[in-house]
Amino acid sequence: MKYHNPASFEDASAIAAQAGGTTRFLAGGTDVLVQLRADIVTPNDLIDLKNIDGVKDILCDKEGWTVGVAVSGAEMSEHPSLQSEWPGVVEAMDLIGSTQIQGRATLVGNLCNASPAADSVPAMIAAGASVTLTGASGSRTVAVEDIPTSPGRTSIAQDEIVSQVNIPRQVPNGGDAYLRFIPRTEMDIAVVGCAVNLQVDGDTITQARVSLGAVAPTALLVDAAAQAIIGSKLDDAALDKLAAAASAACNPIDDKRGTIKFRTHVAGVLARRAAKIAYDRARAAK
Amino acid sequence: MSKIHVTTTVNGDETEFLCDPRETLLDVLRDRLALTGAKEGCGTGDCGACSVTIDGRLMCSCLVLGVEAEGKSIGTVEGIAEGEELDPLQQKFIEYAALQCGICTPGILVATKALLAKNPDPTETEVRYWLAGNLCRCTGYDKIIRAVMDTAADLRGAS
Repeated sequence: MKYHNPASFEDASAIAAQAGGTTRFLAGGTDVLVQLRADIVTPNDLIDLKNIDGVKDILCDKEGWTVGVAVSGAEMSEHPSLQSEWPGVVEAMDLIGSTQIQGRATLVGNLCNASPAADSVPAMIAAGASVTLTGASGSRTVAVEDIPTSPGRTSIAQDEIVSQVNIPRQVPNGGDAYLRFIPRTEMDIAVVGCAVNLQVDGDTITQARVSLGAVAPTALLVDAAAQAIIGSKLDDAALDKLAAAASAACNPIDDKRGTIKFRTHVAGVLARRAAKIAYDRARAAK
Repeated sequence: MSKIHVTTTVNGDETEFLCDPRETLLDVLRDRLALTGAKEGCGTGDCGACSVTIDGRLMCSCLVLGVEAEGKSIGTVEGIAEGEELDPLQQKFIEYAALQCGICTPGILVATKALLAKNPDPTETEVRYWLAGNLCRCTGYDKIIRAVMDTAADLRGAS
């Protein structure tokens, strides 16, 4: 294994483009090092991204937020205005692993590991986040929901690297939330995850995005679930339609964590609960 | 395979070592720097027995490569006592018998020091969540939590 420590994303891309065998990028390393030690994946080239300027920065301007690829979950939780503007995104990231893991784990790693159960991914999708990919032919911006293609696989090309996460500014009358189901209180992998981001005008929902995790090969953006609550005041009828749409979108596996029937049901339950939290936050925010 | 030269600071002392890029910081600490306080439990970031601080941030040294230590400041359990003088936290662990086999203890001491540096007045719930990534298979959790709570109270009283 060759260890590379490039000073720019362009250099990192050039190394990846020339690499013949397996390449891995190292940010937090909480997936890459586990795979390395378990002999699941031993990269020929390991490209550390932490020597690149700006990878530890959380920046905000009128256009939106940018989160560097090496920003850890703990750093996101400690950032006061990111937490207050996107509590759902920050809480989703914070649910991943222990204090020790939070010191290293990153949004981009969670996304590129491409687990269907990644907690931060539905929250980023609901928030309308995108990532910037830097490659041999320049940069492009891709919506988070278009990155994972199947478990463990992404749409990112061999010469491309995620160079930052872009999260829009939350609207003044908006709110988001993420909830997951696990069989215990801490330190587990989502059986179902659900993120809701919505905007209100008075008490009426005017915009919404609903995303589900761990119920399909990739995290889902469920438009029918958003449509179920847009125009409503989140009354019981709207919540019933939301839950039905969320459950209908599920295409889960049966495994030791949950059956198909259970995951499908819980997706509806979590959608209701997450929508209520996001709704309360949106109304409190205005 | 060529080894990489790394310069780092461990418990305040500047240190250098040569390591293979595949070696973890835990391997380096134990096998190259003879600091065997950090233990290998799972090797996959689940158990916390290898906990260290890097630039003040709590991490599992089994999930950090040795080469990543370049220019960083590493804190291990060996840096907690002042020479022969145990830290109040260590004394409290002895007083409460907050250990049985002792494998998890160095990681728990490092993790607790990091917590108390950040939050001198944690609730019991906060302590339990903070230490959720430090597994004790002797299941001596209750004494550990009581030792941490009492240390925090003493330190607040002293300051």
